[in-house]
Amino acid sequence: MERALSILYFVVLLNATLAGASDSSKPDGHGSDSSGGHNSHDSGHGEGHSPDGLQIVSFKWHHVEAPYIIAVWILVASLAKIVFHMSHKVTNVVPESALLIFLGLLLGGVVWGADHSASFTLTPTIFFFYLLPPIVLDAGYFMPNRLFFGNLGTILMYAVIGTVWNAALTGLSLYGVFLTGIMGPLQAGLLDFLLFGSLIAAVDPVAVLAVFEEVHVNDVLFIIVFGESLLNDAVTVVLYNVFDSFVAIGGENVTGVDCVKGIVSFFVVSIGGTLIGIIFALLLSFVTRFTKHVRIIEPGFVFIISYLSYLTSEMLSLSAILAITFAGVCCQKYVNANINEQSVTTVRYTMKMLASGSETIVFMFLGISAVDPNIWTWNTAFILLTLVFISVYRVIGVVIQTWLLNRYRMVQLEIIDQVVMSYGGLRGAVAFALVALLDPEKVKERNLFVSTTIIVVYFTVIFQGLTIKPLVSWLKVKRSEHRDPLLNEKLHGRAFDHILSAIEDISGQIGHNYMRDKWAKFERRFLSKLLMRRSAQKSRDQILNVFHELNIKDAISYVAEGERRGSLAFIRSASTDQLVNVDFSTQRPSIVDASVSALLRGNPSSVCLDMQAIEEKRKSVRDKEDTLSHHVLQQYLYKPRHQTRHKYSRHAITPNTEDNKQEKEIFRRTMKKRLESFKSTKLGVNYSKKSIKNYKKDSGRCKKKKKSVALLNGRISWGIDNPTFISDENVMVRPAIPPWLSNEDTVVPSQRARVQIPWSPNNFRRLTPLRLSTRSVDSFQMADGPVPEHPRMTLPEGTHL
Amino acid sequence: MGASHSGPDTRELRELSEKTGFSVDQIENLNRRFQQLSKNKETLRREDFDKVTDLDVNPIRAQIIEAFFDKRNYSGMQTGPVEEINFEQFLTVMSHFRPLKARMTEEQIASLRKEKLQFLFNMYDIDADGKISLEDYRHLVEDLLSRNPHLGKESASVTSIADAAMLEAVTIIKGQMEPHQVYEGMTFEDFVKIWEGIDIETKMHVRFLNVETPHFCK
Repeated sequence: MERALSILYFVVLLNATLAGASDSSKPDGHGSDSSGGHNSHDSGHGEGHSPDGLQIVSFKWHHVEAPYIIAVWILVASLAKIVFHMSHKVTNVVPESALLIFLGLLLGGVVWGADHSASFTLTPTIFFFYLLPPIVLDAGYFMPNRLFFGNLGTILMYAVIGTVWNAALTGLSLYGVFLTGIMGPLQAGLLDFLLFGSLIAAVDPVAVLAVFEEVHVNDVLFIIVFGESLLNDAVTVVLYNVFDSFVAIGGENVTGVDCVKGIVSFFVVSIGGTLIGIIFALLLSFVTRFTKHVRIIEPGFVFIISYLSYLTSEMLSLSAILAITFAGVCCQKYVNANINEQSVTTVRYTMKMLASGSETIVFMFLGISAVDPNIWTWNTAFILLTLVFISVYRVIGVVIQTWLLNRYRMVQLEIIDQVVMSYGGLRGAVAFALVALLDPEKVKERNLFVSTTIIVVYFTVIFQGLTIKPLVSWLKVKRSEHRDPLLNEKLHGRAFDHILSAIEDISGQIGHNYMRDKWAKFERRFLSKLLMRRSAQKSRDQILNVFHELNIKDAISYVAEGERRGSLAFIRSASTDQLVNVDFSTQRPSIVDASVSALLRGNPSSVCLDMQAIEEKRKSVRDKEDTLSHHVLQQYLYKPRHQTRHKYSRHAITPNTEDNKQEKEIFRRTMKKRLESFKSTKLGVNYSKKSIKNYKKDSGRCKKKKKSVALLNGRISWGIDNPTFISDENVMVRPAIPPWLSNEDTVVPSQRARVQIPWSPNNFRRLTPLRLSTRSVDSFQMADGPVPEHPRMTLPEGTHL
Repeated sequence: MGASHSGPDTRELRELSEKTGFSVDQIENLNRRFQQLSKNKETLRREDFDKVTDLDVNPIRAQIIEAFFDKRNYSGMQTGPVEEINFEQFLTVMSHFRPLKARMTEEQIASLRKEKLQFLFNMYDIDADGKISLEDYRHLVEDLLSRNPHLGKESASVTSIADAAMLEAVTIIKGQMEPHQVYEGMTFEDFVKIWEGIDIETKMHVRFLNVETPHFCK
């Protein structure tokens, strides 16, 4: 804790310094320091008179002032996060956003104390242009599309109707109460109240994200609340602008035409914003189709183009949040398919970092901005009533709408869901920014509105944020279960979709599935062709994707497991080095530069299959990485045996002269053989284990193309133990059990038995090579011999597994 | 749609409604559809399903149609395919896709869930031996992936996916298996176990409307 305290102390000190520095340098045009006083950096020099002689070092605060301050604030926010997370007990109970607000209040106090003026506030410009877009983009990009569009009707209903309901009722009720005089004399008319109602009514995406993130309610519930918070931006923007201009025009001059215009503008704003988002998404997808050779800057496109969509929409006074949300939603599929995997990771992490950073800064500044006595106007009745009204009307609105929606929804929303939805309607920084935008000339009671908004935001974020977790567990809300994607789920899910579509077709009805099918067809025929890279188009089957991911995961865990168990033992045999040479290449010493195994063992291995040849050929950095990982895997999975001399030549294997395929084929077979040895020694080879490992190597081997290689199946195995799954006709049944197998202590099942025994799965996720047979049986080198007869399957190139 | 068909009369309708759980309106609607597909005959044959053009693009079309003609899906205990089905059997198969009603008891939900799973099981278990073997799985995966033009039917990836899926399933069911254990195929109980965490009863349903909807295949 002392560390935390010292960091905090440092932070506070930093702020004081900054406050002093910025204050002192404000009036001064020169870079020199004035007698600011609080300046801990003493101004020994440059006092306004020109220096005599050469200045060796000079202090140029003014030079760096603006970016310095920004950087320091970001640093402060991040340090604060570190401090908070040092104490788990606190962060479990109090949501981070609340902690950040408190910190902001504290810092605001410091700044105020140092400066007596609010130097740093959350200005709407900064918020809307820099802090909000990353958060919304992150939300849109990672939006689960199926859930989102499946519940779109519900979401739209809540977003549009719900927000209008809330805004209208809140504004009207406040006006009504005002008329009764409880609030005292306020210079506000109906329109002002309606304006206030419109900006306070909207559920805020930032706050919802921040709080719900820690609560983990089930997906449907989350998507409804969150979707609502995103889509209600259109409503908010329209209402706000409409009432703002009405207030400017003056209440008396509002005509019916203006009202109609308001309604029309709603549609224009929302649909326009969405369209802009979609257009930019298409543009982005299209661009990423061609970025194959500029992989390093691929991620940049995502951010720039999405940001442009935001700005464009803002420029045209359409709904910017909708634009950037839909840009993210629509582009994710194509971008993820087009750009290579490292770029995907880069995009993901950068986005998360920006979003998280922005969120932190937003909440902190919400705290800081509150410490500004100039804006504080206290009106108990108004504030209290606002709080009451928004809560009550939200509950009523949710209940009514849910009742309506449940008549059309398949999955009903229950009472518990409704409670969470009402309670989760948090207001946040958007409301604050909007209220700060108000012009004090036009809206006389701006300060009152600002204060109220601050109080409301604090209340929802802090109080509701604090209590929502216990509420959720008390009500036993269904939580989200985050499981690894099961291959079965995807498979069966896909089967479902087809079944349901079929039933719908047979029963002659148009339902969700019918629409989805039609859309999928359209999308496959036109959009994908246009927007996805050719290689990606072939391989973008979802089932295959899941399979791929699972494979990689298993392979990684396999390696990790192997490392953990110190399984280097089994590769440490000296014979390793000699045995693995491929005939076609000279005995090259393996040049596994920085391979893990080399580091660990201190001497380079000489595993040199065709990988060596490949290494020689492709010297690009990335390929080195790939070969690296292959080497690593090879080390761990390879267990040479003395007897087996691995002799095969590249030329003998494949009649096909295409290098790529050949090498892949060779390599695959090699590894396959290797992996055979890791299966259970008894029956029921874990076939997919092999293929998984095969696949992993292959996938690593493949250059950045998203090609994967078809997994070998037992057909290409040369008499390897378990042709179990080779139940097809064109099994190459090797009559003779290869010599290395006969040495095993294992029961090799007879042909008949093999065919009948489907599985004896070992958990492929916990491959423990050491547990296998005690001898180094794993070395089975590639079978030579009857390879050429084998009808080589054409590898479906580019099948992305 | 000819007017000469003799649909079930009200008494029959009510009986059917009770048996299958559809409302009377829905049954009438489906009856109209039945008549349309069967060209006003009493029974439906496999060829009649060809009329549903949208089905052509459906990769598991064959299995779904088979499901209609599969005796296991009728309430009896028989197995085997039939050649033609009448309206009641048509309805019975359709009833597997009923959505949950608003107020169902726990056991009703459980039994509905079981029904749906049984339907799925029957569909996957092509050879009707009561077990889903690897072969069956393979067929399924092949069909599902058959839309992807770059994966041939014989492709290795298809089989490996099937194998991997089977493995996954078995791992869930049986946990770690000893190497000497034999596993022949998934029985219905095993199948149910896989779906434990997933609420299939909410996912596997089609909304049957009460009003007549435009028919899209003539």
